[in-house]
Order: sequence, then structure tokens, then C-alpha cells
Amino acid sequence: MFKEIIARLKQGYRTMEFPSPDLKLPARGLGLPWVKTLELEKAAAACPYGAVTAGPGGGLDLGRCIFCGACAKAAPDAVEFTSNYKLCAGSRGDLVAGTGHYKRPEPVAADLRRILGRSLRLRQVSAGGCAACEADCNVLGTLAFDMGRFGVQFVASPRHADGLLVTGPVTKNMALALRKTYDAVPGPKVVIACGACAIAGGPYAGHEECPGIPADIPVDLYIPGCPPHPLTILDGILRLIGRID
Amino acid sequence: MSIPLVPLESILLLPIEEFAKNVTFKLRSGGRAAAFFAVPEEGAFRLVIVIAWDAEGRLELVSAMAAGSFPSLTAELPQLHLFEREIYELTGLKPEGHPWLKPVRFPGGAVKPGVMDYFRVHGSEVHEVAVGPVHAGVIEPGHFRFQCHGEKVFHLEIALGYQHRGVERRLAAGPDARGIHYAETLAGDTTAGHAWAYCGALEMLSGTEVPPRAQALRGIMLELERLANHTGDLGALSGDVAYLPTASFCGRLRGEFLNMTALLCGNRFGRNMFKPGGVNFDLSGTLRKELKLRLDDVFRDVETAVSLLWKTNSVVDRFDATGLVLADAARGLGLVGPVARACGIPLDTRRNFPYGPYHDFTLSASGRGDVYARAYVRWAEIQKSAQLIGGWLDALPAGPVEAPCGPLKPGSAAVSLVEGWRGQICHAALTGSDGRFRYYKVVDPSFHNWMGLAMALRNGEISDFPLCNKSFNLSYCGHDL
Repeated sequence: MFKEIIARLKQGYRTMEFPSPDLKLPARGLGLPWVKTLELEKAAAACPYGAVTAGPGGGLDLGRCIFCGACAKAAPDAVEFTSNYKLCAGSRGDLVAGTGHYKRPEPVAADLRRILGRSLRLRQVSAGGCAACEADCNVLGTLAFDMGRFGVQFVASPRHADGLLVTGPVTKNMALALRKTYDAVPGPKVVIACGACAIAGGPYAGHEECPGIPADIPVDLYIPGCPPHPLTILDGILRLIGRID
Repeated sequence: MSIPLVPLESILLLPIEEFAKNVTFKLRSGGRAAAFFAVPEEGAFRLVIVIAWDAEGRLELVSAMAAGSFPSLTAELPQLHLFEREIYELTGLKPEGHPWLKPVRFPGGAVKPGVMDYFRVHGSEVHEVAVGPVHAGVIEPGHFRFQCHGEKVFHLEIALGYQHRGVERRLAAGPDARGIHYAETLAGDTTAGHAWAYCGALEMLSGTEVPPRAQALRGIMLELERLANHTGDLGALSGDVAYLPTASFCGRLRGEFLNMTALLCGNRFGRNMFKPGGVNFDLSGTLRKELKLRLDDVFRDVETAVSLLWKTNSVVDRFDATGLVLADAARGLGLVGPVARACGIPLDTRRNFPYGPYHDFTLSASGRGDVYARAYVRWAEIQKSAQLIGGWLDALPAGPVEAPCGPLKPGSAAVSLVEGWRGQICHAALTGSDGRFRYYKVVDPSFHNWMGLAMALRNGEISDFPLCNKSFNLSYCGHDL
């Protein structure tokens, strides 16, 4: 008994304050891009995933972006990545970062907020995920991030869940399991697409083995990144249930 | 790391019956199959086996032409079982006499994953437990089929393929700008391991020498990856026996190692660091000092957290003699990594096939192949990794962190080996006459080791499954590609 107490004293209290204005991505990390101009031809040519479109209505599609930084390296006058970890969006279209203001996700409707606002149980489904998104979702349950203090928890069964958190490009081989898990979640339910793969295939975009989240499963929150930093994931989830704005 | 670049015409080519005898003899006298695959050639296929002579640090390639079928070697050499099944699934070449010819990844959608004949035990009190693909935790999918009698497990069969994304065929279409990202994400918690192996293959094929400073930085990345995962594993093992202090501390400490990786390259998993010819980021004097300080600090905390495990009787009682894999079985199945070392098998790529900044590496191999041994080997490796990183930080070679990577030599074969945190990673690349890839094979350590987990459950209790599974902690996506 005593050795555990001594160990705990040595480890100290490590849960971070969240949200906090001091929180930033690591110095070399790639967060919200600052798109300086829509003349993005050079940036677009450098992107291996077609995430950059030049011209009016163009920008950097954070849903396709794997945050490799090739565009900023090729065209630093056009694109620069910041340390802002707040990247989530509520609709696919809002993920395109243009020269204007980046739209944050709206929380769910008031009646749903009453049910989920202080208690959100999520069933995680890895459908082709590489284990990085899964790991950085799992880390939210550890003491530094402690999402449990916000009432958010991962649960073992879809029957106990309020929604799904999907990672991975959704392989053909996981399509049925994802569908069954989604159907097993009682309504009202939310769906979160976490990571570049879940949003638009990530590095596996265009693979016939990876058809993606089916069109008839509505997604309520998109979390970009490869993998998204745990701060990005936590920020997104809490915005979804209206705990921060 | 590898053999010197081999021109394709110089690979030993034998008639198929000779090949069978030759390979059987070699794998019975100290050789181990690092990879075994079939390359399309002249309307038929060329079977190629990469034999690793671990004690000598030597690799050997042997090949044979085959069409339609080939004699299976699995009955004599169980370590080839999954390679032969994979060959059949990818090419249609039937391994005649394979005792366990079942799908590996269920590509194409014709057969649903997990739908196959499972080995069944019959009897009035026997029951079958099916787990997955979706698992209770935050983890990748796979299917486990247990044949049980009460709590006792007679047999576990593992069916994977749910994560199949088509990585190899796409890598083989390169090299191109996407290649490095496939390597980084094919097993996303082993970014440094696979990215290094991939870059290594390209560097070998182009004759590029990676500068020593870049080698040391690569070493730091790989060892940080090992530290993060081993720390996380010890925490998870602790959680699986309901010992919450270590589980809780290690949960945070794993993140600290990931943050150190991010200090170097901006990404907690090491993305965007490796590139053919070197690395993308350097360590300035201030960053080096910061990294050293953090490393010492976190290592001290890991030591406090982990030492609780060995001193707590309830933990040791659960770990001890659970999930036993005998050394003979481990050798016979070709297991690699900490799992093999926990059976006392002295196999570590950093020792047997030194590469990059690894010189005179002392490996940790001891134990009787139970969960305790697999946990203790991880602790030994954590200490070793911290030591290695400290050494490199103190004596980082001067010079550039990258070298230009030129065109690839046509008609050649390169085999790149790296000791990932789960075990030996093998990338084999063959170039065509146009200097582009003609074939690309990825062998994640999990490809060798999943069968080890199945063996470990035999005669164990089903309630020990999470513990055993965690003591292996294999990659689903690394297997499925």
C-alpha cells in the first residue's frame, strides 16, 4: 500500500487544465493552416493528395490533408501552418480552409445537448485505422487529458453508446461490422469521423479496398489530422456537446 | 541491415524440387525465413525466399519458378505457413499439401472476412466463443474464435483481414510521392520502423549513403517509438490485471515519449521525419538539451511506475506462467521481437544485422516465454533505449541530415531489415528494367507473431486472454496491409 502512495506522490498531479489559452500544438507541429492567397497552384502541385485547390472557392481541404507540410514547403508565401489545434468542423464543406475565417463546428441541437451535454458515451470503431488515431483517442482517457471529467467516455458496447467515433478509411472488410455497430446504437445518436482516413480516405484515398463511411450514415463532427492531436480531438468532442465554444 | 544490392539474375534459381530440399535443409540448420513471396515473371511466378542466418548476420535469397502450384513446405517448416497462404491468396499458386490452407486477408470481397471453416473441438461440454471484429476497447478489429471447455481454452484461431487497405500493390507502383506516407501509416504506431525500412530499401537501390547525423536522429526516433510503446504496454498489462497505479502512470508517460517525438518532428507518431536519404528535421543545441532533460525526467518516472509491478504479488501471480510459449514452438514458428526474446531466443536485428547507428548492441533475451517474461523484456528494452538515446544526444555526429537520393538501379533486389518495437521488419523491393519498382513486399513482425498468440492461449484460461493479447500487442493493420 505504501509503495503505491509514495509512487503517486513522486508522479504528482498531471491533469492539464482544458481548455486553456496556453495550450498549443508542439512547436514543429502542423495545426490550422493560414492560407494567405488563393493563388495556390504551386501548393496544389506539391500536395500528394489533391487537398489544395487554387482559385476562387479554393483553399486547403483539411479533410483530405494528411498534414505532411509539402504545400507549405513548396509555397511558403501561400500556405503556412500555425500551432492552433482547433481544427474540427461540423460539415464536410466547412473543412476547406480558405483565406476567410475558419468555421468551427456548431454544437448539436438544444434537445440533444440536454441529453448528451454532460454525459457522452462513445463506441469507437476502427475500420482500417492504422492505430495512431486509435491511440490518440485512447490517450484522452489517461490522466493528462482525462476526458472523463467532462462526462465523456468510451464504452464497450454500441448498446451503451450515444454515438460512434470512427477511425480508418473504412475498408470493404469492415463495412458490415461498421454498419451493424451503427445500427446497434440506440437513437438519438451522433457519429464522429476522426482522422484524415475517416473523412476522405487519408493516405488511402482512392483505394478500391477502402470505400469510406457510407453516404447514408450522417456524420456530425469531422476531426482532421493524421493523426489528429489529442487536443484537437478533445476540442472537437467538447464543442459537439456544447461544453466549450 | 541487409545484403548488398543483388542483381536479379544473380539470385540463386533452382528447379522447384531442389528448391524445396534446399530451403528445408537451410531452415533446419539455423536459417529463418524473413520473407517468402511470389513475383510475377514471364507468365508464371518466381518464388523467392529471404533466409536470415541470424547467428552470422547474413541474408540469402533462393528462388524457383512455379506455375499453378508448388510443393508446400509448411508441414516440415511451420514458420512458412502464413507466407504460403499469402502466396496462394495473392497469386493463385497452390501450396500442395498445406495443412491449413485458409484465407489471410480476404481481399476482393468474394468471401466475407472471418467466414471460413474454423478448427472445431466437438463434445457435449465444449463451447465456442467468438470475439470481434469490433472489440470492446479502442483497438483495431480482428476475429478470435475460442474452443473452450469451461474456462479452459483448447484452441484459439485468429482470423484477420479486416484492415486490408491494399498497401503492397500501391507501393509496388512507385516509387512516388505517396510511398513514404504508405510506409508511415501501414502500421501507424510503427511509423519510424517502417519508414526507415522503406527509406533503407530506396537508399540501397540508389546507392545513397545516409550521413551519420541523420542515422543518429533516425535511431533516436526509433528508440523513442520503442519507449512509447513498451511503456504503454506495461501500463496496459497492469490495467489488465486491475493494478491501477502503474496503469494510470504509464498511460500518461507513454504520452510524454510521444511528445518527445513531436518535439523533433512536430508529430507524436513520427510522421514527416523520415525521407529517402536522411531526415527532415535536425536537433539544435537547445532542443537537444531539452530532449535530454525530458528523457531523464520521464525515465525516472517510468522506473517508479514499472518497479511497482515486480514488487506486487498480485501482479506477479497473474503474469507468472500465464500464456506460455515454449522456446521450441517460438523457433519453429519463426517468432520475432520481444516475444521471441522472452523465450530466450537471441534475435534482435540491431544485434544480428546491425544498421545505421547501432554498433555492438547488447540485446536482452531471457525468460520462459510467459507474460512475465514478455513484460520484463520490455522493461529491459526501455532501459536500453533510454541509454541509447542518451548516448546519441551526448555525441550527435556533426554534418548534414540528408543526402540526395538518386535514381534506382534497374533489375535489382534490396532487402531492408529494421528492428521495430514489435520485432523484425522486412521490406523487399525489386526493380524492373525501367528503374521503378517491379514488386514490393512488406513483412511486419506481426505477420510472424500472430500464431504465437494462438499457441499461448492453449490450455490457458479464457479470462487471461486480454492479458496474453496485450503481452504480445500485435498489429492488425501491419498484418493486413
